[in-house]
Amino acid sequence: MTDVSQRPLDVAADIDLTTTDPAPTNGQGLPGAVREPTALGAPGAVIPRSPRVVRTPRRPRELNTADLMTIVGSFVSAVCLCWLIFSILTKGVGWLGYGLSVFVVFLALVWIVTADRLGANAATDRVVSTVIFTSAFVIMVPLVWLIVFVIQKGWPAISHTFFVKDQRGITPTQPSTAGGAAHAIVGTIEQVGLALLWSLPLGVLTAVFLNESRSKWRRPVRIVVDAMSGLPSIVAGLFIYAVFILPYARTIPLFGFNGFMASLALAMIMLPTITRTVEVVLRLVPDGLREASLAMGSSRARTVWSVVLPTARTGMTTAVVLGIARAVGETAPLLFTAFGYDLMNTNPFKGAQESLPLFVYRNIKKPAISAVERGFAGALVLMGLVLILFMVARFIGRDRSKSQARRNRRRAVAQWIEEQEAS
Amino acid sequence: MSDTHVNVDPLFAGIPDVPGLDPTQPHHYVAEPTWVDAGTDTPSLDGSASAPVDVPLDAQERAVATKEIRLDGGPPPGAATLESREACAWFGGRLVLEGVNLVMPAGEVTALIGPSGCGKSTFLRLLNRMHELVPGAQLDGEILLDGEDIYDRNMRAQQVRMRIGMVFQKPNPFPAMTIKENVLSGLKLGRIKCSDKDALVEQSLIRAGLWKEVRDRLHEPGGGLSGGQQQRLCIARSLAVHPNVLLMDEPCSALDPTSTRRVEETIAELRGNVTVVIVTHNMQQAHRVSDKCAFFLAAENKPGVVVEQGLTAKLFSEPDDPRTFDYVTGQFG
Repeated sequence: MTDVSQRPLDVAADIDLTTTDPAPTNGQGLPGAVREPTALGAPGAVIPRSPRVVRTPRRPRELNTADLMTIVGSFVSAVCLCWLIFSILTKGVGWLGYGLSVFVVFLALVWIVTADRLGANAATDRVVSTVIFTSAFVIMVPLVWLIVFVIQKGWPAISHTFFVKDQRGITPTQPSTAGGAAHAIVGTIEQVGLALLWSLPLGVLTAVFLNESRSKWRRPVRIVVDAMSGLPSIVAGLFIYAVFILPYARTIPLFGFNGFMASLALAMIMLPTITRTVEVVLRLVPDGLREASLAMGSSRARTVWSVVLPTARTGMTTAVVLGIARAVGETAPLLFTAFGYDLMNTNPFKGAQESLPLFVYRNIKKPAISAVERGFAGALVLMGLVLILFMVARFIGRDRSKSQARRNRRRAVAQWIEEQEAS
Repeated sequence: MSDTHVNVDPLFAGIPDVPGLDPTQPHHYVAEPTWVDAGTDTPSLDGSASAPVDVPLDAQERAVATKEIRLDGGPPPGAATLESREACAWFGGRLVLEGVNLVMPAGEVTALIGPSGCGKSTFLRLLNRMHELVPGAQLDGEILLDGEDIYDRNMRAQQVRMRIGMVFQKPNPFPAMTIKENVLSGLKLGRIKCSDKDALVEQSLIRAGLWKEVRDRLHEPGGGLSGGQQQRLCIARSLAVHPNVLLMDEPCSALDPTSTRRVEETIAELRGNVTVVIVTHNMQQAHRVSDKCAFFLAAENKPGVVVEQGLTAKLFSEPDDPRTFDYVTGQFG
């Protein structure tokens, strides 16, 4: 019995004695592998110093050279085939027909060649992918075209005076660089700002009502909000015109043509957009947070104010941007409210006011080349303004925790490298 | 209120006191689940429920943890006895819990065990009026907090919930707040005033066993913590308002074993200061942390009932009901 129990120990001892200095491994099977520093585990364990193993990170690729050659070859063949058919053998078609024919032939060739190489299944997959990529590209075309077109037309009229001067004393014979659209920019900012002032609290409150209350009126209110989002914008302007301006303009100056009236019309446009966006964002706030808050003895209103709305803060900036983007380009509601004016009027509560869409509308209609150029310049500035607004909102609503984590990781890596150098 | 054994629980009658148990010895943290011979571990009825546990807190921390911090408008001090009498609950006309009679003595830990869907969580939510937040939920019976019915006409739900805190299954710190703000959120939400907020933050975090890990980053968002830390942050948040009772709904089900152990240590720390009611699916956990245990069970298409209740050691070693025996020995559920 003693023999049997002793045996393994002996063997183990033998192995221990005979093994001469086993190469230390770092647990991954490869001796002396240099591990990348990580934020979590700046490895404290001793890594044996030995010849560096060179590692080249790579990713498996979806398309190999043969696939690319297939696509390029098919495209070239398609172009050549169509050229042969339409330009040599027949009298030819227009550029649209030519393009479409090339595309269809190209798809057919891709399918045939790929099916020959990889089978019908892979060929169908490749063709569908090609169609999807092409659609994405085609969608980009009108957008880029539009932007390039507006820049091309509007750029000549843009100078620094465009942002500081109004249209005082400008005659049709003067060049488009004379005068500016400062009055329109100021008007747009004031009107949209005021509209935001009215519609944001109202929209947020409506969204809170729709999402946080248990009222049986939620359904009708939601239907009304949906209906409002389909409201033609000119009707909003017409409504303000008929309800306030037409009956009261003579007696009450506040209800004349002015920026304030325009802001009311714009608020009607913004309200449904803001309400629906905020509602969606509020719905994303986990119910667990509401429960946690209520379980600590908070009232419902307090929960909404202190927990739900702060949690949905980033989403609400999105709502604001979408609301502004919806309203800033509207011309129709301003026609009977702000009315349009060629001179600077900084007071939104008194007198007709210009705004960028109105400036574009009024100038493009004028029978002078300089005015049309000025109109395009206004459109360009409007697009720039929207772009800036989007960037600002992205910046405000960015995910701070992510950048914080990145900073922490960088600090940890730097610290680890320092320690390595020190030791 | 803090005197646990003024309330003579009829359920405790007839269970023999275990002589010779040294109250200074830790008996709640057994390294291995030794419930088979757990009879020797029975907590005595002479007040040793608040016996010292084996969680190391240095003297300074202990001083902070037990320091009196005044809250204006908060719950009255001390632990409170919670008692349910013939508690029933309905969801949309369907009876899911029937006739629960249970006493949860002040300062002790009561575990609610049973298979899924037997009404444990529903019962827990009855205890701090969270049940009524569910649309279509109804209830019957009385829940007495130190003798007062929390469903009385004159009781406000918010006041009740402030006195009876709750920790949920999923850690849910407020993402828009920092760690410190999370701890103090109860004051803000319940309109409680406190003169020394920093001390309250430290005390709550020490009591929840989180202070050492987060004291250098109190101003970082609470969402950046690990799951176990988040759960302890939620416990700290609940403790900051000095509740009389703390309800825990499977607090460790989303946590790894290390974090689970930490939370269990926290529960042990709370013993004596707060009445704890914990729902758990983990038999060993129920056995480790609780003084008293109630076994819930629902037959098919029948509402959940309490099959058996009593001292944890008794319930785990020699249960009266065969179903309890089957459940705690893992033969079903």
